[in-house]
Amino acid sequence: MLEFVLERGNYWAIIGLMMIGLYTLFEASNMIKKLVGLSVFQTSIILFYITLSRIDGGTAPILFGADAKGHGGDHAEEGALSKAVDATHAATDATHGAADAAHGAASAAHHGMEHVYSNPLPHVLMLTAIVVGVATLAVGLAIVVRIREAYGSIENDEIREIDLEVARAEYAKDHPDEATPA
Amino acid sequence: MSGYEGADLAIALINVLLLGLLFVVGVAIARMRSLFAIVMLSGIYSLISATWFVALDAVDVAFTEAAVGAGISTALLLGAMLLTSRTAKVVPRARQIVPLLVVIATGAMLIYASIDLPAFGDPDSPANTYVGTDYIERTPQDIGVPNIVTAVLASYRGFDTLGETGVVFSAALAVILLLGFGERSLSATMRKKKGEG
Repeated sequence: MLEFVLERGNYWAIIGLMMIGLYTLFEASNMIKKLVGLSVFQTSIILFYITLSRIDGGTAPILFGADAKGHGGDHAEEGALSKAVDATHAATDATHGAADAAHGAASAAHHGMEHVYSNPLPHVLMLTAIVVGVATLAVGLAIVVRIREAYGSIENDEIREIDLEVARAEYAKDHPDEATPA
Repeated sequence: MSGYEGADLAIALINVLLLGLLFVVGVAIARMRSLFAIVMLSGIYSLISATWFVALDAVDVAFTEAAVGAGISTALLLGAMLLTSRTAKVVPRARQIVPLLVVIATGAMLIYASIDLPAFGDPDSPANTYVGTDYIERTPQDIGVPNIVTAVLASYRGFDTLGETGVVFSAALAVILLLGFGERSLSATMRKKKGEG
């Protein structure tokens, strides 16, 4: 039970952070505070994805040692190495059919790699997400600045009040015979 | 299989410490009214999460988050704050109840769903087995760049990155169209108005 909780505690903490961001986004009437809440929410989702990509005993996905073939000093033994890798590949394929139990422990050898690397794909996706997130934040802030220029305020309820005033005034101008608009 | 025995205790402690800091900063952002403090705290939030990415072996993401998340977006937020206002209005307590309830309900549902997720650091989880390991295996032969994230970003999925560049370009264009350049720019107009008044 404790192990189960520890294995998922990270997810729960990240969900808590997400909820703080969502609350800020939802509750604040100030638009800049809303956008800060949005970016907190976004960062928490990035944290979630990166958590999924971690592998126990793994390192950052940058090849080193014998894995980095074609780099460093081991150019000469490249051919021999790749043959050896093919051999281990065949061997592990055979053991694969025989016993699936050793799967997790043998995962390094199983991929023909000397070291275990964490999954690079979530990293790539989240790199893109961070950059695109900043781009959308910039557009949002530009719109906020324009709103401030037009209304003189960046508080949600004040802007709604001004909009209502304008709508009432226009209605009164279009219907001069009615006393009060519905 | 679980990540919390022996040598991994240090990682667990770092996790707890950084997540605690993120919580404190997040709650402070939610409760504060001074926009300057909120903007600075959001930069701190990004920086702490960048630290956490290093602990989770995502060094490229940490680098990007520190540069883009903590650097550029803090600068953008500061600029927007200077052009608009310095403090947020107080939200009456009655208006905080509905957001709180919605957030609690959403969080409860997400936590219920997270029970089905694979354990933290599980090497056999579906996300970590098929295509990700394929890229790791092929990178030395196909690309020859030691950094797999770079290989995927620039070579295997170069078109994605091109599309990302397109998004950033159109966002910059949208900002320029909204705020204007030179004589038409907002700060110039404001300065002129201030000179008249």
